[in-house]
Amino acid sequence: MVAEQVEMLLNGDFAVAWAWKHVEPDVVAAFPITPQTLIVEKFSEFVANGEVRTQFVSVESEHSAISAMVGAAAAGARAATATAANGLQLMHEILYIVSSMRLPVMLGVANRAVSGPINIHCDHTDAMGQRDAGWIMIFTEDAQEAYDTTIQAFKIAENPEILLPIMVNLDGFLISHTAMNVKVFKDPKVVKDFVGETRPVPKIKLMGEEVELSLNPRNPIPVTFGPFAYYDYYFEFKRQQIEAMKKVPDVVERVNDEYYEISGRKYGNGRVVPWNVDDADIVAVVMGSAAGTMRYVARKYRERGVKIGILRVRMFRPFPWRDLQELLRGKEVVAVFDRTQDQGVMGGPLFLETLAALHYLDDRPRNVVNYVFGLGGRDFPPELVEKVFDELIRIKDGKEKPFVKKYVGVRE
Amino acid sequence: MVGVNEVKWTPTLIELARKPDYFLPGHRMCAGCAAPVIVKLTLKALPDPDNVVVVNATGCLEVASTIYPYTSWKRPWIHNAFENAAATASGVEAAFKALKAKGVWKGDLPTVVVFGGDGGTYDIGLQSLSGALERGHKLIYVLYDNEAYMNTGIQRCSSTPQYAATTTTPAGRVIPGKPEWKKPIGFIVAAHHNVYVATVNPYFWADFVKKIRAAAEYEGPAFIHAISVCPRGWRHESKLTMTISRLATETCLHPLWEFDPETREYRITDRSLYIAKHPDKKVPVEEYLKLQGRFRHLFKPVRRDHLIKEIQEKVDKEWEYLLRLAGFK
Repeated sequence: MVAEQVEMLLNGDFAVAWAWKHVEPDVVAAFPITPQTLIVEKFSEFVANGEVRTQFVSVESEHSAISAMVGAAAAGARAATATAANGLQLMHEILYIVSSMRLPVMLGVANRAVSGPINIHCDHTDAMGQRDAGWIMIFTEDAQEAYDTTIQAFKIAENPEILLPIMVNLDGFLISHTAMNVKVFKDPKVVKDFVGETRPVPKIKLMGEEVELSLNPRNPIPVTFGPFAYYDYYFEFKRQQIEAMKKVPDVVERVNDEYYEISGRKYGNGRVVPWNVDDADIVAVVMGSAAGTMRYVARKYRERGVKIGILRVRMFRPFPWRDLQELLRGKEVVAVFDRTQDQGVMGGPLFLETLAALHYLDDRPRNVVNYVFGLGGRDFPPELVEKVFDELIRIKDGKEKPFVKKYVGVRE
Repeated sequence: MVGVNEVKWTPTLIELARKPDYFLPGHRMCAGCAAPVIVKLTLKALPDPDNVVVVNATGCLEVASTIYPYTSWKRPWIHNAFENAAATASGVEAAFKALKAKGVWKGDLPTVVVFGGDGGTYDIGLQSLSGALERGHKLIYVLYDNEAYMNTGIQRCSSTPQYAATTTTPAGRVIPGKPEWKKPIGFIVAAHHNVYVATVNPYFWADFVKKIRAAAEYEGPAFIHAISVCPRGWRHESKLTMTISRLATETCLHPLWEFDPETREYRITDRSLYIAKHPDKKVPVEEYLKLQGRFRHLFKPVRRDHLIKEIQEKVDKEWEYLLRLAGFK
C-alpha cells in the first residue's frame, strides 16, 4: 500500500539528508566538501535538534570518515557517509577494505570533477575512479530519486546475500543544489519498517559456535576482522566478493519493486531506466541528470517521427550488461554518453562496457559511438543535444560516417 | 587528578600472570620482540578485559598475529589500514554509543584499545590520531615504538633515534645513520590537553599496568607510549630485550612520565622518579648504545666519541626539559 507522503522543496543534498533522517543510521562520519556539504550541514541540524539518535562524527578528513565507517559497521552499526571529488579519491584506499570486509556502508557522492585544475562542478570522474573497488554504484537523475535511492541503498547493501557497500551518486549542483518538489514519507516509521529499525547483523558459524559477524565482545568466539591473507587465501576472499556482487542485480530489482509498493515510484527495473527504447532506431545511453535533458529533446524528435530512445543506466556496478544486451540488440545506432575523463583509452567507461556487452550479440547494433560531455560542469543544454541527435540521424541514414569517440561542448 | 597516584590497584607479578591471556600463543612475532609483552600487559591491566574491542594499525603485530585462517586474538579485533587505526577506533566507539542509545547494546560500553606501531602513529597515522584525540573519543591508544618501519625491513621513521642505522639511513662513509633527533610524540599528544598521556616500559611492569588502569579510569582519550625493543631491527641478541628495555629508561632516553589532563601536570614516575631524585643513578647513554648493532658504527671500526657525546648531550637536554616540566627545576 502506498504510504502517505508530503511534498517538500528539497535539493538533492537535502533529499539525502532527509532520507538519512528517516533511516536514522547509527553512525554518520563525514568531512565537508563542495558540493556534498549541504548533506552534512542539514543532517547536523537534525542531530543538533535531537531529531535523530545518530552519532555524528565530524572527522578531520574523508580518509578518516570512511575509516570510521569501517569501525562502526564492523561493530554492527548502520553507517553512512557522503563526499565528492578529491574527498572520494582520498577514500579510495579504504573503499576496497570496506567491500573486502563485507560491510554494508552507504556512501552518498555529489559527483564533481577531480583536480586539477581544481573545479567544483559536476562530472563523473570521481565515481569512475572507484569503479573497481567492489562497491555497488547507483546513479540518480534528480533529487526525488536521490531520496528514494538513499533509502533503498541500506536495504540492498544490508541484504544478507549481499553485504556489500553501496555508493549513491547524484550530479554535483545539477542535482545536489537544484531544488524540486520531493515527496517524502510523512511517517518515518514507513521507512524504518522498510529498511528495518536496526541493521540486521548476520550470524556465522565460528569454531562450532554461532556468532554475530561483528566486533561484539559478547560473542562466544570473538571475531577477527581484517586479517592478513597470503597467496593461499586472498584469492578466495576476492572470489566470494565477486559471487556476492552477482546477486546484486536481482536484489536491486526486488528492492525497487518493494519500494514501489510503499511509494508509488519505481525506476525502470532498478538497474536501467528505458524511455521509448523498444521501437527506437537510435538509442542514447547515459547516466545521471543529463538523461532528463535528453528525454526533453527526444520528445520533440519523436513528435517529428524520429524513432529515438533514451536508456538511462541507473546501476553502474555491477554493470547491467544483460539488460543492455536485451534492450539494444538490433538497433541502428547506439550512442553512449560519458561524463568522465577518458585519458588514453578508446572511450569512456560507460561506452567501453556497453561495447563489451554488445559484442556477444549476433544482432549487435550497426553503429556504436561515444560522446564525452560535460566535464568540470560544462553545460549540456538542449541545443547541444539536438546537434548530437542530428548527427546520429545522419549516421543512421548513411549520410555521415560513424566514428568511435567525439567530445561535445568543448573548444577544439 | 588522573594518573598512577589515583590507581588503587597494585597487583603482584604472580597475580598478573594468573590473569587470563587474551593474546594467544602461535603468533609469529620474532623471538625477543617486546610487542607481545606490551599487548599482554595492556590487556591484563584493563579493569574489564572481557568487554574490550581491539583495533590494530598495519604493522608487525597485525601481520604476525592474524595470518589467515589463524588469529592470536581472543578479543574482538579489527585491522583496517596503516594510517587510520584511531579513525577506525572512533567509528567503533561511536557505534557502541549509538547502539546503546537505541537500546541494542545494554550495559557498559566496551573499552576500545588501539595498538599502533611508531610508523602508524608518529608518521602516516598522526593526522588520524590527532583528529580522534581532539574529538575526545574514549579510547586507549597504545603506541608500541620499535623506532623504525620494522615490518617492511627496518626503514627510518620519525621515531628512529639519532645516528641509528636503518636500511634507509645506513651508516655510510659520509652520513653516520639517521641525522635527526627522535620526534617528541608524547609532548605532541599532550599538547591536545584533553588526553591522558603516559610513557611506559615493559621492564617496569608495575608502572606500566597502573598507567593502563589510569587510562581506563579517565573519561577521555588516553595515549600510552611504550618503548618496544626489537632484536631484529636494533640488532642484538634476543635475550637482551629486557636489559635494553631497562637501559632505555635508566639512561633517560625513554623516561617514565605521565601528563594529567585535568591538572595539566607532568609527573615523572617509577624508576625515572628515582633518577630525578638521585641524578647519580642516571646511566650513561653509551651503556645502551653499545649493546645494539644499529649503533655499531659509533664504536667500530673506530670509536666516534663526538657522536656519542652529541647523543649524551641531547639526552641530558631532553631530560632537563622534562625535569622542568615536572617541577624539579
